[in-house]
This record gives sequence, C-alpha cells and structure tokens, in this order.
Amino acid sequence: MAGAILEARNLSVRFGVGRLTIAAVEDFSFALQAGESLGLVGESGSGKSTVLRAVTGLNKPAGGTILLDGTPLAMPRGLAFYSAVQMVFQDPYASLHPRHTVDQILAEPLAIHRVADPQPRILAALDEVGLGPSYRFRYPHQLSGGQRQRIAIARALILRPRIVLLDEPTSALDASVQAEILNLLEQLRRDLGLSYMLVSHDLAVVAHLCERLIVMRGGRMVETTTAAALRDGSVTEDYTRAMLAASKGFARAPAGTSLSP
Amino acid sequence: MKPSLLEVEDLHVRFPLAQGMLEAVRGVSFTLGHERLGIVGESGSGKSQTGRAILGLTAKPGIVTAKRLAFDGIDLMEAPPRLRRSLRGSRMTMVMQDPSYSLNPVMTVGQQIVEAYRAHKRVSQAEAREAARAMLDAVKISQPDRVMALYPHEVSGGMGQRVMIAMMLITGPDLLIADEPTSALDVTVRIEVLRILDQLVAERGMGLILISHDLEMVASFCDRILVMYAGRIVEELSSGNLDQAQHPYTRGLMGCVPKLSGDRHPLPVLTRDPDWAR
Ligand SMILES: Nc1ncnc2c1ncn2[C@@H]1O[C@H](COP(=O)(O)OP(=O)(O)OP(=O)(O)O)[C@@H](O)[C@H]1O
Ligand SMILES: Nc1ncnc2c1ncn2[C@@H]1O[C@H](COP(=O)(O)OP(=O)(O)OP(=O)(O)O)[C@@H](O)[C@H]1O
Ligand SMILES: [Mg+2]
Ligand SMILES: [Mg+2]
Repeated sequence: MAGAILEARNLSVRFGVGRLTIAAVEDFSFALQAGESLGLVGESGSGKSTVLRAVTGLNKPAGGTILLDGTPLAMPRGLAFYSAVQMVFQDPYASLHPRHTVDQILAEPLAIHRVADPQPRILAALDEVGLGPSYRFRYPHQLSGGQRQRIAIARALILRPRIVLLDEPTSALDASVQAEILNLLEQLRRDLGLSYMLVSHDLAVVAHLCERLIVMRGGRMVETTTAAALRDGSVTEDYTRAMLAASKGFARAPAGTSLSP
Repeated sequence: MKPSLLEVEDLHVRFPLAQGMLEAVRGVSFTLGHERLGIVGESGSGKSQTGRAILGLTAKPGIVTAKRLAFDGIDLMEAPPRLRRSLRGSRMTMVMQDPSYSLNPVMTVGQQIVEAYRAHKRVSQAEAREAARAMLDAVKISQPDRVMALYPHEVSGGMGQRVMIAMMLITGPDLLIADEPTSALDVTVRIEVLRILDQLVAERGMGLILISHDLEMVASFCDRILVMYAGRIVEELSSGNLDQAQHPYTRGLMGCVPKLSGDRHPLPVLTRDPDWAR
C-alpha cells in the first residue's frame, strides 16, 4: 500500500516443536499510515503481542516481510530502527532493568542516541507521565504497578520516535491517570505526527485513540473495522459482536453452575 | 461472636528511602467477612501495599505497623514467620499485579501449579496434574497441556494472569486478595474469571478483596467498595452506588473514563487538590 510507514505482509510466527508447535501469528498483514493510530484487538493469546514483538525484531518470523518506509527490515534491527520505532511492553516489569534506577532507565536511550544535555529531557519525560522528580532515584521494584507502566511509556516517548507500539499501555492505570496518558498520546500525535499501533482489551480506549482497528483471532485477522462501527455497533463479524456485548459488564451467574477446585 | 475473617485497624506501611520516609499506607482500617470487597484508587495510592502487608509480603526494608491485623482471629502481627508462611501457602493467598514477576522463571507453569497444590494436599503427581489441568480449563485456557509445558515468559499477558489465578485458587483459600487479576483479560474471559470468584464466595464462603482500577467492574461485582487516595481510605461505597460517591476524587474518576457512547477529546482530567492527600 502506498504511503504506509510500517507494513507487514503475510507475517507468520511459530513457537515450539513437534506436537506442541503453535502458529501464534499466521499470514497476517497490516499497513500503518503516517499519522495514523491503528488498533489491534482480540482474545487473550490471539497473537497481538507477538505481532508487535515481531516488528521490533524480538520474535523471529517464520515467514513474511516487515517494511519500514517501504524498505524491508533486516535482523537485527539497527539503531536507526529504534530511533524511529519504540515499544511499550505489556509487562513493564520484564522490560525495565531491575538494577537500574528510573534515571538510568530514561538516560540510556538518550545516551545511545547521543542526545546532549539529557537531564532536562528526563525531568520533562517524568512530568509528562505525571511523576515528579522524586521518582528519579527509585528502582522498578520500588514503584507501584501503574508507576512502572508510566516509566515504560516515558522511556518509549523520550526519543520522540515516529512510531510507537503500545501493548496495553494503560492496563495498570486508574481512570484519572489513564485519561492523562491518552491525552498526552493524542497531543503528541497532533503536534508531532506520531503514529501508533495500540493493543488493548478495552474497546472504548481503542475507539478513543484509533480510527481503524484489526480484530485478531487464533493468530489471524478476522475483521478490519472502524471506531465508528464499534460505537454504533455495526461491526460485522460474530466474534467482534460478542466482544462488544461482553464489554457491557458483569451479570451475576445463576446459582447451581458449580465449580469444585 | 465469631471473629471477622479479616480485621485491619490503623495499618501503616513505610519505606525508608534515601530522600526520607515514604508513607505508602497511612492508617487503613476495615473488616472483611465472607464477601466481595473492592478496592479502587489512584495509581500509587497504596492498594497493592495494603494487600501485601496483610499477607506479610512487604518488601524489605518496609515497616508495617497496625493496631490490629487479624485473620480468622489469629493475630498476624504477633504470629511467628512459620505460621504466616503456612497460612500464606494455603488459607490466604494473593494474585499479584505482575504475574510474570511473581512466577518462577525457571519452572514451567504446569510444574508450579502442581507444586502449589501438592504443598497443600497429599495427592499423587498424576492427580495434581489433573487438578491443575481442570483449573486451567476453568479459567478458559485452551490447550491446557501445551500451556502447562511453557515457561512464564512464553505465555501471553492474559494467560500469565490466569495461570496465577489458577495457582492461587487451587488450594481453596479462605481469603483471596486479587490485585488487578483481570487487567490483561479480554471481556469474555474476564466474565468467566469473575464468575469463578463469585462462586467461591457464594458457595465456599471465601472472602475476596478485589483490587482494580476498573470502576464499572468493581461496582457491578463487589458488595462494598473502598476508595483509596494517597495511602488512606477516603470513602466507602456500597455496591452499585457509585453515583452516590461524595469524595471529589471518586466523583471525578467517572468523568475520565472513555466511553463507546460519546467521543470526547481531550478526555476530562482531575485537578488534584493537595487537601485530598492530607
Ligand atoms: N516464546 C514463546 N514460546 C512459546 N509460545 C509462545 C511464546 N511467545 C508467545 N507464545 C504463544 O503465542 C500465542 C500468542 O501470544 P501473544 O502473547 O501474542 O498473545 P496476545 O494476543 O498478546 O494475548 P494477551 O492478550 O493475553 O496478551 C500464545 O499462545 C503464547 O503462549
Ligand atoms: N519497595 C518500595 N520502596 C519504596 N516505595 C515503594 C515500594 N513499593 C511501593 N512503594 C511506593 O508506595 C506507594 C504505594 O504503592 P502501591 O504499589 O501500594 O500502589 P497501588 O495503589 O497499588 O498503585 P497502582 O494502581 O499503580 O498499582 C507508591 O507511591 C509506591 O511508589
Ligand atoms: Mg499480549
Ligand atoms: Mg498496585
């Protein structure tokens, strides 16, 4: 597709051997346009994180091509790739170095890309995610779940990449902090033209940030739809419909459907 | 009178940091019966630290004090470490907010669930495996056999969360503290997990503390809700009565949630009054 800054063609990723092999992603394609936010939704285990990890070079594809600005990407990804593309991982604990302070975590990308005068950038990055300067000298295990997630977001944004891959970026945040982060992401997109790929199980968050979204199931695309279709309920696939219906809330089960651990 | 399942009175959790003492929990009090209690609150307000202190899992060098902290009449502040450890493995358990951090990275998830079960029940390896498989099946893990052979870093976010839930429920605890147990789950699976928790409370009389930032979920699922802000409980609400919230934090929260019915850009945000944190 012309104009796509990030594109995947017929991507496949497999894990395991023999009887336990799984096709985590199978024949999956997408095209992200410059300045676009593309949502990726689907049930747990459907391959959403694997797609994003394949883009960053962490999961080796069994087949298919990934292109940045129309050029196929090589393994391993180079420095230029990471200044263009950053990722917020679903599990901030695993992605933040346990023996580095917040200060070191945020300084590292700046040092690799030889940014002069990093200190003001670090303070500004913390402020953007609602954390004061007192957090600079904490270690990841000395933070709450949501504070860790915000450090991961700050690290991804600090270099002002063109594309940010966001894997459940607000899942550990209360509504007030989530709103601040979503507003920040929108503002950066408007002011600097950033593009996002957003994975979230919260359909309202996806509809808020993305115009277009892909629904995945069992490693494959089952539907491409729009935020507008989510909002007015005109999604076509049964599976997407079921997800929408389920997002209405919890209804207590009728008694008698028993479970014995 | 039979004691409450859990009594917490004036709980404090402090961390000495180079920059001074950090007051993570500042005088939290509540009691829990055989019910579903929700805790919501701002990021960093002390929800997880409250749960960890109850279980005796406060990280070093954290300091826990309380006028009373009792589980089923047992004074936890006075209980020897051995007793607390054995309570933790069996009668009171906690689903941690970061499953991959809490699971053992060098052991398959199947082995871990089997071990948790066998530490508590004298059954054969084969029986324990069967129980583990059934538990994973109950939390809607498809292909439980494949998943049991995986290491924690090989399962997806939502699968890790369910492995953790399965591991904590398999011993049949009397008290379960579930810290954001469904934050990585899609809506359909989340409803299944809530249904299981609901049955354990209704049929087995388990006490449940559900920590979550999902207001709507907590409101529709829990009997009571505590709202935390800056280390304190700022208000208590009964189920479904979110609209009767008095505290400006709670009232403001509802307005910040993006909704499918209505598109607002930018989203409203809270103006936090320093008075709220007094
Ligand atoms: N390193 C690995 N080894 C083996 N299997 C893996 C590995 N990484 C991922 N998988 C498997 O690939 C499938 C897809 O995982 P993925 O993490 O992409 O799911 P997801 O859509 O992000 O789910 P969730 O919403 O739960 O995070 C899962 O079945 C998972 O167990
Ligand atoms: N080991 C530690 N050392 C110092 N401070 C800590 C430590 N663990 C947590 N804290 C601080 O204690 C406060 C309460 O943390 P807690 O994890 O209970 O928050 P929370 O309400 O669970 O937030 P979230 O919703 O973001 O998970 C936070 O400000 C956090 O930074
Ligand atoms: Mg994932
Ligand atoms: Mg927490």
